[in-house]
Amino acid sequence: MVAIDQTLRWKHLYNVLTRSGPFSDEDWVPGPETISTLESSKILVIGAGGLGCEILKNLALSGFKDIHVIDMDTIDISNLNRQFLFRQVDIGKPKAEVAAAFVERRVKGVKITPYVGKIQDKDEDYYMQFKIIVCGLDSIEARRWINSTLVGMADFENPESLKPLIDGGTEGFKGQARVILPTLSSCIECQLDMHAPRPAVPLCTIATIPRQPQHCIEWAHQIAWQEQRKDDAFDSDDLEHIGWIYNAALERGKQFHISGVTFQMTQGVVKNIIPAIASTNAVIAAATTSEALKIATSCNPYLENYMMYAGEEGVYTYTFEAEKKPDCPVCGNLARRMTVDPNMTLEAFIETLGERPEAQLKKPSMRTEEKTLYQRFPPQLEEQTRPNLKLKLGDLIADGQEIAVSDPAYTIDFRYRLDFS
Amino acid sequence: MVEAFPGALVGPSSKERKYDRQLRLWAASGQQALEEARVLLVNSDGPWGKQSTGVSGVVGVETLKNLVLPGIGGFTIVDPAVVTEPDLGVNFFLEEDSLGKSRAQETCRLLRELNPDVDGNFESKPVAELLQDPEFLPQFKLVLVSGPVNRAMLSELRSAAKALGIPVLYTRSVGFYSTFSLQLPAAFPIVETHPDPESTQDLRLLNPWPELAASLTSISNLETMDDHQHGHVPYILLLLHYLEKWKETHDGNVPSNYKEKTAFRDLVRSGARTDNPEGGEENYDEAVAAVLKSLNPFTLRSSIREIFEMDECTKLTSTSANFWLIASAIREFYNKHSVLPLPGSLPDMKAQSADYISLQNIYKTKARKDTAEVIENVRRLEALHSPRPAKIADKDIETFCKNAAHIKVIHGRDLPQLDGEVHTLKAIRNALSDPESLISVFLGYDVLDSIITDIQTDKQSEDALDSTLAWEAGVDRVMRSLTSEASAAVDEGTRQRIIQATQELRRTQGGELHNVSALTGGLVAQEALKVMTRQYVPLDNTCVFDGIRSRSEMYRL
Repeated sequence: MVAIDQTLRWKHLYNVLTRSGPFSDEDWVPGPETISTLESSKILVIGAGGLGCEILKNLALSGFKDIHVIDMDTIDISNLNRQFLFRQVDIGKPKAEVAAAFVERRVKGVKITPYVGKIQDKDEDYYMQFKIIVCGLDSIEARRWINSTLVGMADFENPESLKPLIDGGTEGFKGQARVILPTLSSCIECQLDMHAPRPAVPLCTIATIPRQPQHCIEWAHQIAWQEQRKDDAFDSDDLEHIGWIYNAALERGKQFHISGVTFQMTQGVVKNIIPAIASTNAVIAAATTSEALKIATSCNPYLENYMMYAGEEGVYTYTFEAEKKPDCPVCGNLARRMTVDPNMTLEAFIETLGERPEAQLKKPSMRTEEKTLYQRFPPQLEEQTRPNLKLKLGDLIADGQEIAVSDPAYTIDFRYRLDFS
Repeated sequence: MVEAFPGALVGPSSKERKYDRQLRLWAASGQQALEEARVLLVNSDGPWGKQSTGVSGVVGVETLKNLVLPGIGGFTIVDPAVVTEPDLGVNFFLEEDSLGKSRAQETCRLLRELNPDVDGNFESKPVAELLQDPEFLPQFKLVLVSGPVNRAMLSELRSAAKALGIPVLYTRSVGFYSTFSLQLPAAFPIVETHPDPESTQDLRLLNPWPELAASLTSISNLETMDDHQHGHVPYILLLLHYLEKWKETHDGNVPSNYKEKTAFRDLVRSGARTDNPEGGEENYDEAVAAVLKSLNPFTLRSSIREIFEMDECTKLTSTSANFWLIASAIREFYNKHSVLPLPGSLPDMKAQSADYISLQNIYKTKARKDTAEVIENVRRLEALHSPRPAKIADKDIETFCKNAAHIKVIHGRDLPQLDGEVHTLKAIRNALSDPESLISVFLGYDVLDSIITDIQTDKQSEDALDSTLAWEAGVDRVMRSLTSEASAAVDEGTRQRIIQATQELRRTQGGELHNVSALTGGLVAQEALKVMTRQYVPLDNTCVFDGIRSRSEMYRL
């Protein structure tokens, strides 16, 4: 094989790394050192799906040579309309491995190290080796986990411990990209309410007074399955299971004269499917990798700190500086205020934490400075604190008191100040 | 798509499974339109001197990637360039073995791998040669051109496309900047604009039709209902009920201004029972919340009125597009009833199943009746303007009626040029009044285009791309165009901003950065999808993206 002429191959990229532009920092020194800094920057990509495939390609063609990628998923047929590194024959194989191998094959000289598993499998030492972390995830829980982990790692004595987190997300024709400098700028948790979950349909509607086809599907999923097939673990990827839910929902619809239940809708409701297309992923993924290139090389100033994109009507972007919140449970030092009804039981309060946009904690345990209110683990402590569940908040804590909430999904405690309504 | 019917064990086909995530955005009708469309990509048009093969064409290839994946019918890549070393540093759809081969052929081969359902072919010659064949251009539903290209070629291509009514997207991506413009036909109508469902509710509460008004009898015993019944009266009926009460004390008038609506809201609120265990009623909460947005008399939006008044709508011929025939039929409906056909959808609300369904049926029945009347109008217009190629399908008329309040017609303009139409120059001057505007980047590209044109026509050597003199001369030319009319003074700040933009463009000597081209390929594909599916609202007509400040702007140039 002919030896690759690096300067010729990377001509366009090297032009911006070896020449100043009108907006690059005055102190920046362009040249070979910038190029070698870029090539030695170890970068981590979280997620090898719609965004991840694009991000890996973009980083490889931006001169990054040492790329790592984490994803726990395997390839599904519904990925093929946008996850362009995967083919029909790859269905069932791990995304991280197939994506890494494809990009390595196509772009010579880049090393991509895949890890098939969860981000939670890795510890701080692992994350410490990277210069930048780029996230292309659809799960808010995983985002919150990596965010709080990176904030926890930031140590003022050691500038190397500060790992810029570049996060992207899409839904249909819309998306957003943002740059987070842990502890220095607004983090995922500061704007958690922007990721508010869709309001759940009340259980009584599902159980007794359905009106929409979606209510019939929820009934089949949440109630009928439990009643009739509780020994089968429900698997939303099993078409027989979805088919059963679909038919049960159709029957339910017929009984209540509700039309409109379809197989597609059944899948959408049960799996909470978010529409996704290649083009939106391309926009958001490239926005994140463009920031990665700028941060790694200083060839131009980077995004401070949030860009929203909406493509339904023309091309709309809104770029702004999201605010760092002093009461952010992760990067702030004040407890976040939450208004509660003192007549609410602890049990009911715990349930609301799952849905409140500013909390979204599904399995919380909690304590005040003096006592444990409710603790899920170990079993003895759970048993000991269980009676508190039936007590009213007003009898357990004082107005304005602070509580610390932990959740198995996160490594840190969340602090809330409960104000009585 | 397979229609599901009760009791059937019908799962999705493998095609539906593959395209599931996008069918949720544009449905089977949008998918069919995509599958019937063939796209032409003109990805370069000859070298820029001896050293450079010209445009790398990364935006073009990335755009096609984003169109091949969702399954367009086919594509043709026109690109006379041969793959060189720098191509491998920016283009993902080339490999080491591609060096020295036709770039059209190689990118076509690797793009085809993405989706076996898509047909792809290529031509390794200049597009001017292909345009000689009158059969060539009409095969395509959309033309993409990767710039900068010399002006004569662009001008020939866009005029040819315009004559055939084919939309053109012209893109340029250099360094951290990109820009693209969309040339649409003079009238580009869209039925399914997909507005925010929140903004589209049309409940007609102030002027209920007889069947809706009659449904009030079902709650004539509102005061004596037990708590359970009372708490489950659909809020639509509650509002109708309290409107009747209000009219009794207001000379038969409905609340019409903010003050009256607030008072009306208090009246509704006062009807809620608070002595129940919940301490309130959800259906009343919903009614209270709906007062301000739902109690508005029907008004025809000015954009729809404009469509009704357009010549295409008022002067039908046998060759009028289906859109105009249906629009005209709906205009007749409006002239007769002073409202548009009822869309017929009802939001979810707290209610017993049977009560909700019967209310829903009242809306659906009325919508069907309105649609039937429009269909009748359409059939009459079809007969009047025959012969027509085919009868308009009932379901198309139905879709139109559902969306009647949100249809849109874009008045397409030519690809903008600084020395082109007067309106372009005017719009540019307007944008320049904002010092933050990215329009200076667009002007920077105009300078680049002229340098490329000079190189390709041997007026300048290829060194011009990195010559201060050439770029400065270009900026001076742009400044002269901007100030061509004595009144329009353009200040020194503007000049500085254009110079800065050209400095950034000059930094890569016309070369693309993969990230910026990939991002632009995403944006351009998005517009192409909207044009081909005729759903959502495409760009009108120019977008500039600034990868330094990570923001974009739209202009109508």
